[in-house]
Amino acid sequence: MVDLGRGLVLRNPVMTASGTFGYGEEYTDFVDLSQLGGIIVKGTTLYPREGNPYPRMAETPSGMLNCVGLQNKGVQYFIDKIYPRIKDFDTNVLLNLSGSCLDDYVRGAEMVDALDKIPAIELNVSCPNVKQGGMAFGVTTTGISQVVSEVRKVYHKHLMVKLSPNVTNIAEIAMAAETAGADSVSLINTLMGMAIDAERRKPKLSVITGGLSGACVKPVALRMVWQVAKAVKIPVVGLGGISNATDAVEFMLAGASAIEIGTANFIEPAISTKVADGMKDYCERHGFDKVSDLKGALQITPDFK
Amino acid sequence: MKQIADFKLVEKRDFGRSVLLRLRCDKPLPDIAPGQFVQVRVDDSPSTYLRRPISIHDVDFDKHELSLLVQIVGEGTKHLAAVNEGETVNLVLPLGNGYTLPEKDEKVLLVGGGIGIAPLFYLAKGMAAKGVKPVFLLGGKTASDLVMLDAYGQLGATHVTTEDGSLGEKGLVTGHSVWKEGGFDKIYVCGPKRMMMAVADLAKANDTWCEVSLEHLMACGLGACLCCVEDTVEGHLCVCKEGPVFNTRRLKW
Repeated sequence: MVDLGRGLVLRNPVMTASGTFGYGEEYTDFVDLSQLGGIIVKGTTLYPREGNPYPRMAETPSGMLNCVGLQNKGVQYFIDKIYPRIKDFDTNVLLNLSGSCLDDYVRGAEMVDALDKIPAIELNVSCPNVKQGGMAFGVTTTGISQVVSEVRKVYHKHLMVKLSPNVTNIAEIAMAAETAGADSVSLINTLMGMAIDAERRKPKLSVITGGLSGACVKPVALRMVWQVAKAVKIPVVGLGGISNATDAVEFMLAGASAIEIGTANFIEPAISTKVADGMKDYCERHGFDKVSDLKGALQITPDFK
Repeated sequence: MKQIADFKLVEKRDFGRSVLLRLRCDKPLPDIAPGQFVQVRVDDSPSTYLRRPISIHDVDFDKHELSLLVQIVGEGTKHLAAVNEGETVNLVLPLGNGYTLPEKDEKVLLVGGGIGIAPLFYLAKGMAAKGVKPVFLLGGKTASDLVMLDAYGQLGATHVTTEDGSLGEKGLVTGHSVWKEGGFDKIYVCGPKRMMMAVADLAKANDTWCEVSLEHLMACGLGACLCCVEDTVEGHLCVCKEGPVFNTRRLKW
């Protein structure tokens, strides 16, 4: 059990990251959702968005770039059509909420607050693929203070804030989110990147730049989780390139209270429950009574012996 | 129901720029419709991170076998073609929506371009089970692009075009004399996008029902990542989940 505060209690520390697991339905042939701590559904905005043109992805060494651009049918559609289908999943269903202006976030959060079976919002202030896609809020302390404090006024359940790695000092941003009323922070969202087709002398993505994810971002994510976990008192949810149980354990040791599996879901659709099982095995092998005891258990000795 | 399963490579036929991989599973195969595809994990290829979507060329449910006809395009398919008989390949299957099978007594044309001929084989078998014998029209740049023509010929009359004239009629599939025959009730297409668009135009001009199978860059293959979208009359739809087969009326072509 992992208690992230304000009513968000996870069966185990493993969640699936927004945008990599659909609405959970896409994965029920592979995964018993009741074996997960939670699923975080696709980034949703107040109004429908068509997203960016094709091509939206490019494979990169040990990772991929995407520029989907928050394609979704809007909060009202989610409430009317999708929520009834997924609300009785035997796991926590979190909604990832994004916006292009303050008012969108606030109105979206108000609407989601009324949904009994959604115990938390993951506030996306870090989408790199949309003009004014929230990342403007996520890259300054004043921006994040503003959006988190305004959403906090109308949203009464667990408010998780997803942080952008595309900043100079992520610990400062995390502290600003904490001060403004966040119950937890999750990190990292994708790193901004670019891919070029040299033969055709063209960018590989329709909007030229995109967000990098996959195994290649793990060292960056791990470093940021470690820095943020030292800087804030609220729980930290770690993600970024987690591909197996060992990766997940590393994020916990660095200070995460829970983790999210993202791009790895594309390659191994059943990876999320395998990671949950593997974390349990690790704890048995290393004499930890419960998985939550791994949090911050990194041993840093002067001589590394 | 979709599965993740290991398959053993039981036979590999090398055609130079493409290979036929016959794969066997320990378990019974799930239901597989013509036009559906698999996501293949490519091991031992450091630059290949994601699975590769490959159409299903043939299925033998009794033997738990399926075949993939794979063109060697990049690092992923190069490493896939290098798998040896007896080695294991991991698949996620079956994915996407297949072709709509014709009614008995309908006259159908199956148009394939290059490696796009691959799924038409299993499609023709599906038609045979319904008592429909299709006409194939298969095109390539050159004769070596078109493989296993004898096998296709056993399922239906097979017409061929090559751009260099090395086999069949010289030119593109859209210029083949079989079109003069006309009278096709349904046209099924798989191949390069420009070729499919040209065939779709012909079908439209003759007010003929037409389904095409799209090939887009994709990551998950399950409708989760929303990377492989086609801009359709219904908005952006995932090729992996809503397709890969689309009736051309749904497309903005």
